[in-house]
Amino acid sequence: MSHVLSLDTVTKRFSRNTVVDRVSFDLEPGERVALLGHNGAGKTTLFKMILGFLPLDEGTISVLDAGPGQAAARRATAYLPEAVAFQKALTGEEILRFYARLKGEDPAKAAALLERVGLADAARRRVGAYSKGMRQRLGLAQALIGRPRLVLLDEPTSGLDPISRQDFYTLVEEVAATGATVLLSSHALTEVEARTDRILILSKGRLVADDTLANLRNAAHLPIRLKVQGTEASVEEIENRLGGHRLNGRSVELVCDPSEKLQRLAAISELGDLVIDIDVHLPSLDDVYRHFSGIAVPAPGPGRTEPC
Amino acid sequence: MLTRILAVAGQEMRIGLRNRWIVLATLILAAFSLALALLGSAPAGTLGVNRMTITVASLASLSVYLVPLIALLLAFDAVAGEIDRGTLLLIFSCPISRMEFLVGKGLGHFAVLTLSLVIGYGVTAGLLMAVGTGSSAGLVDFVRLIATSAFLGLAFLAVGYVLSAAVRQVSTAAALAIVAWLVLVVLYDLALLGALVADTEGTFATRIFPLAILANPADAFRLFNLAALGASDLVGGMAGVSDALPFPPEAALAAIAAFTLAAFGIAVALVRRITP
Repeated sequence: MSHVLSLDTVTKRFSRNTVVDRVSFDLEPGERVALLGHNGAGKTTLFKMILGFLPLDEGTISVLDAGPGQAAARRATAYLPEAVAFQKALTGEEILRFYARLKGEDPAKAAALLERVGLADAARRRVGAYSKGMRQRLGLAQALIGRPRLVLLDEPTSGLDPISRQDFYTLVEEVAATGATVLLSSHALTEVEARTDRILILSKGRLVADDTLANLRNAAHLPIRLKVQGTEASVEEIENRLGGHRLNGRSVELVCDPSEKLQRLAAISELGDLVIDIDVHLPSLDDVYRHFSGIAVPAPGPGRTEPC
Repeated sequence: MLTRILAVAGQEMRIGLRNRWIVLATLILAAFSLALALLGSAPAGTLGVNRMTITVASLASLSVYLVPLIALLLAFDAVAGEIDRGTLLLIFSCPISRMEFLVGKGLGHFAVLTLSLVIGYGVTAGLLMAVGTGSSAGLVDFVRLIATSAFLGLAFLAVGYVLSAAVRQVSTAAALAIVAWLVLVVLYDLALLGALVADTEGTFATRIFPLAILANPADAFRLFNLAALGASDLVGGMAGVSDALPFPPEAALAAIAAFTLAAFGIAVALVRRITP
């Protein structure tokens, strides 16, 4: 069995800008893969090439052994564009029936998908009155018509509230459980909530990471930050005894390797009354993402620290 | 293939109904045609000509202006509007060809337009029949008028698709549609008349002018309808020309068909080039 989707040194240039630069990866059946990258990293361009909307400048793409945009590839692929839009005057049910006909599937069965995405009550309401989350779910229902083998979701959860996002990922899991391969893009690692099997990170058109989240975390080897808070009187002494650097009149920040964490904490507790509080800041998913996308990790701001 | 074309056509009709497009177009056609029938042909009785035929002659002139406008307004949104709203991306990711998409749009819009014409002009025909001034010959004239008006509409739908596929912004497409209407329906005739006046007997009048009439579907439509009514002596104007032309009036219909096919072909070629 060959790959569901296979990209080999895919390159796309717009005038002189190389938007996608020698990207290669393969997707296997039933995999849930997240494609991460900030705005303009080339995610949507990559999707459009996979769908056959844009010609490649170099490299090859094959979707279930067919070329992108060929009839066989289009029949096997479902797509949910970023900020999906529908004809506002039509109802959700009418829209699903329409796409079922375009895909050569039974319209009645497609209408039943509304229930699966929790839109049964809104089936006869106009899409113009739908909320963003409802439109996104309708878009997913559209993508589920006729059991696609490859599901492409372009920033499916951007702009959704956390609850809608969780519901959305539950649906994505159901889709993957039927054997479909899901490739979804996002601009933040926190958005995908680790509910994917593999993570691809695209930065300035280049694929800079292709691994599981746990492996990426280890490979990044990011330092832990400890914020020790004292008083105006004690901060000088804390700095002298622990090293690190002063954040303000009361706090000192220490940066240490994950393996040194306990040792450093012990040293801090030896200071006794000098210390009022400690914050331990573990590298967040965002930091891991920033590490790979080549942007320096900034100093942790307030509210991003986790209590020890 | 047929399922997909009908799916697009069906959706287009549903949107037309729901956006009250059909209602609006029908009301406009009905209002103008009733006004013409009731006011315009009041003195017709003295001429001894069928009042319905007179009305159809006036309505043919009305169609020349209104039908292209309605068709262009229906069509300008077809591609640019879908790009603008972001709906084209999803449609083109489905296994539908670009030609199927455009044929479906055309079919849907044609149905909307035909429905408006049948109701709008039908009301007038019905009224004339009801007050006792109708005749079966007059009814045939009405049917011919409605059929050729729909045919004229199809030609301008194709023009609208070309404009809509040529630009990505729906507002630009709308502006171009109005310009196309102005040029093809109003300015074209003025230019022809001006040239005719300047050169009544020369090569323009004998050779270029007949071709110029055929090249524009609006003029070809008017020519065919007035010739078919035998109404040139009633209405005068450009219709009188039909007797002097070096081809039968049916050639005008063929010219509209050729124009429509050519415009539609260009539209399909343009849509194929689009990256949604």
